[in-house]
Amino acid sequence: MRVQRPTLAVWKFASCDGCQLTLLDCEDALLALADTIRIAHFPEASSARVEGPWDLSLVEGSITTPEDAERIREIRRASRHLVTIGACATSGGIQALRNFADVEAFTRQVYARPDWIQTLATSDPIAAHVPVDFELRGCPIDKGQLLEVINAFLYGRRPQIPASSVCEECKRAGHVCVMVAHGTPCLGPVTQAGCGALCPGCHRGCYGCFGPKETPNAPALSAQLAQLGMDQGQLLRVYRTFNANANPFREESLRHESDPDH
Amino acid sequence: MRVMAPEEMEALIRLLSDDGYEVVGPTRREGAIVYDRLQGLSDLPAGWGDEHGPGHYRLRQRDDQALFGYVVGPHSWKKYLFPPRETLVRVLRREDGGFETQPGEPAPPRRAFIGVRPCELAAIGIQDRVFLEQSVRDRAYGARREGVFLVAVNCAEPGGTCFCTSMGTGPRAGSGFDLGLTEVIGEGTHFLVIEAGSEAGEAMLARMDTREASEAERAAAEQVWLEAPKHMGRTMPGDAREVLARALEHPRWAQTAERCLSCANCTLVCPTCFCAQMEELPDLEGKSSERVRLWDSCFNGEHSYMIGGPHRSTVAARYRQWLTHKLSSWHEQFGSSGCVGCGRCITWCPVGIDITEEVAAIRATGQGKAGGQGT
Repeated sequence: MRVQRPTLAVWKFASCDGCQLTLLDCEDALLALADTIRIAHFPEASSARVEGPWDLSLVEGSITTPEDAERIREIRRASRHLVTIGACATSGGIQALRNFADVEAFTRQVYARPDWIQTLATSDPIAAHVPVDFELRGCPIDKGQLLEVINAFLYGRRPQIPASSVCEECKRAGHVCVMVAHGTPCLGPVTQAGCGALCPGCHRGCYGCFGPKETPNAPALSAQLAQLGMDQGQLLRVYRTFNANANPFREESLRHESDPDH
Repeated sequence: MRVMAPEEMEALIRLLSDDGYEVVGPTRREGAIVYDRLQGLSDLPAGWGDEHGPGHYRLRQRDDQALFGYVVGPHSWKKYLFPPRETLVRVLRREDGGFETQPGEPAPPRRAFIGVRPCELAAIGIQDRVFLEQSVRDRAYGARREGVFLVAVNCAEPGGTCFCTSMGTGPRAGSGFDLGLTEVIGEGTHFLVIEAGSEAGEAMLARMDTREASEAERAAAEQVWLEAPKHMGRTMPGDAREVLARALEHPRWAQTAERCLSCANCTLVCPTCFCAQMEELPDLEGKSSERVRLWDSCFNGEHSYMIGGPHRSTVAARYRQWLTHKLSSWHEQFGSSGCVGCGRCITWCPVGIDITEEVAAIRATGQGKAGGQGT
């Protein structure tokens, strides 16, 4: 048994808090976790705060302001390991829709004094600013996967987080393929597993919350989605959600942008 | 050869349940015929058929009350014999620093499979060879396989992606079952022809309400067996083994990779694919760990991961691995083809890649020396 428990810090950038709340949602496992690890900085759970450096930092959210771009460097400097959690931190999140548009036009539209707004032109994944030890995908992340990653860092082993498709989880669960049997468009074949095929299990197509799988073939899937009745505009939007800025999804949505129908 | 009313299936399910079997078989769920627990006759998909094409499956209502009027669904019996997730062993750390092991799963139930298609019987035979007849015997598979009572159903209407005649596995079951059924539906008649294929089957048959088949009923069943092979949706070239063995550098691999999603659906629905991955799941305190075996696929990069990376890094290499193993090198490894012609990989491929079309295309264009970038 370790004499001194390693310290854990949880950080928030541009995000909805859902991923860090997954930690509180761990229920019984949270008690075991609190026995094994010292929760040193987690404002959502406790106002008590232990100064750094920290053994493991979990970082939620994307980088959208110059101030945050500086803050993440400080956190990286004070963290032995840094793991990003969730679609915002790993790809830029839904707010990365700005990457496809003109942010200044948005601020002029929304704010009475756009000159007071200091924001970056893009919403970036954390890894675009500092080195990251592991990226845990999902919108939100899966608590079983989060515990696996923390466990892996505790014991210095490689996290067992598959990069295979949602289809693999879907078939293991015995769900009937919504695309083949119902003609429902589904991103499962290009999306990384991790959610347990939640949506296909409820007879819905996958929305791609866990981002692109390893070797994704989005153009081939798009051709099939078009056969199922999706037009160019729908094909653009289907890839432009929580992981819009993840490269294979980004490239595929751009491919459908050039179409005059859009 | 004996005959029974379709309603007698109720008695068969009840008798098997009384004997302690967990009875599983076809039932309608989520717009498909799947395999699940059967409580009685009403769980069978009476009056339902299915439509199969590349990347396409639809249930459709039949104009009769056929109990087995469908082809095959997305499930196969492998989910019971080689489950998608299985804890192989639990390891517990002892106070003195040593460790002890415990079995991962409780003893499996004895199961009765109702409605096993001839191609599926062949698939079970192939997995038996893989798991039980190699140098190392898979004890967990053996324990699940041992007590299984098999009720086969011969095919009357093969589907659009079927090619069992090409593979020599159907559409009529030769052996390997306890009871064999043939469903006959004609003008005003609907009955099941039933035959025993084992001692356990004979014993069960003796307890059921059946009678000797008449000359006309016998002829009607024979008509089903004669007609079915004429309605195969697909054909596999007979020399697939040799064609693929010669085609390792064929340009078709790279072409197919442009369509292939490497999503692994083909391997997961395949009734003979047996690839698995192991996960070690230690608890947070480091006091215990579980070793879990999960369905895996040769389409996953991680599956061929060795120091430095996956040795099949491209989708072309993964598709080639699957097809050449399934249809060619399987012969050298296990003494038969790994394909039984059930057509599931064609139907359940989200983009409809057709294994028979792939082999035919490679066969038509020969060695393809100009390609070379297949991997």
